[in-house]
Amino acid sequence: MFAGPGPMVPEPFEVVSSRQDTDDTWTLELEACSGQPFVFAPGQFTMLSAAGAGEVPISISGDPDEPERLVHTVRAVGLATEAICAAGPGRRLLVRGPFGEPWPIEQAEGADVVIAAGGIGLAPLRPAILRLLVRRRRYGRLVLLYGARSPDQLLYPGELDAWRSRGLEVWVTVDSAGPEWLGHVGVVTRLVRRARLDGAGSVVMSCGPEVMMRFAVATLRDAGVAEDRIFASMERNMQCAVGRCGHCQLGPTLVCRDGPVYRWREAAPWLMIREV
Amino acid sequence: MQRIEELISIAPVFEGLASEHLALIARCGHNERVPAGTMLLREGQPAERFFLIRRGSVAVEVHAPGRGTLVIETLHAGDPVGLSWLFAPYRWQFDTRAVEPCELVVFDGACLRGKCEEDHELGYQLMSRFVANVISRFQATRFQLLDVYGHA
Repeated sequence: MFAGPGPMVPEPFEVVSSRQDTDDTWTLELEACSGQPFVFAPGQFTMLSAAGAGEVPISISGDPDEPERLVHTVRAVGLATEAICAAGPGRRLLVRGPFGEPWPIEQAEGADVVIAAGGIGLAPLRPAILRLLVRRRRYGRLVLLYGARSPDQLLYPGELDAWRSRGLEVWVTVDSAGPEWLGHVGVVTRLVRRARLDGAGSVVMSCGPEVMMRFAVATLRDAGVAEDRIFASMERNMQCAVGRCGHCQLGPTLVCRDGPVYRWREAAPWLMIREV
Repeated sequence: MQRIEELISIAPVFEGLASEHLALIARCGHNERVPAGTMLLREGQPAERFFLIRRGSVAVEVHAPGRGTLVIETLHAGDPVGLSWLFAPYRWQFDTRAVEPCELVVFDGACLRGKCEEDHELGYQLMSRFVANVISRFQATRFQLLDVYGHA
């Protein structure tokens, strides 16, 4: 599985480009110093670190068909992520991985696919979207329901139109906006009715704040989507990333090893227990 | 050209009403087209009429000193615009503005309240549907207040 020295040994990567997406979020493109391609499946994550600033799990947001570039979209929320976001071209970062269970791209063939994303949750879904669009003819409707805090917090705004032209129905909403915003204002659940989904024929892939996913899933269930066809990417305190340390326990599972992508019905019971 | 009762019968807020009730409601409404930017309702003004969007979208807004105009919610085809016509003191709480050219059914609120007084079955049926709409928007507002993306 791991061609390099093993999953616990970080590999050096060089930052080849850095783009600021929002006030606190950057997208970095990295290349392995070894020159080796970084093969991954949509939905997987790496353990990423800037030397001396700690290591954090970050979902891969790049194109799975372009393994020569490892792409991460990172929100600066603490010491480690601030150091990563500050790394400009030429700087080196350390990478372990890829880790975790991917999105069910193959299992969804023949169905409509609904991508329900909130905030930076679009980043882990971007590889899935790119893979689905490459295999466009294998799916029914491809629908993106994307909610963000405000228009200036939307990720990849330049790509949304390109995805639309390739066959993705893009529905965007923000929680609040000024009068110059001509799009939808309201919570992401309100998009479900507008998109007129065929719930029974849909597979859902969702990523975003946990409370947003709970509301979105409830609305999608009301629209007829079966719970075992809903998949969500979960976030917990992942540290070793190989199922040893136990920090990312979710009920009887470990998010780094058994997730981050879960079938909703397997994760949901644990989400309702406050102590978990 | 479709009659108003046909136009409104497919909106969730009127869906499933008996044809005689749809006809009564339709007598209080007329069609109107408005260009983008039209202010439909203004905060503090008497809530004398409300709208059903047939085409286009409408922003519910509030003006906050120092922050400018904030859009709170966007409404689309099939949505009713305006709830304050239902209850005293019948004054709008927010501004609403057509975001794009809109086709609307405009209802006289006092006319419809009068019909509900005369026919309590109509009043009950109409109130049930509007309450469902209010609950849905109320729950969405609570979700919005969580500011989930700000604290992710």
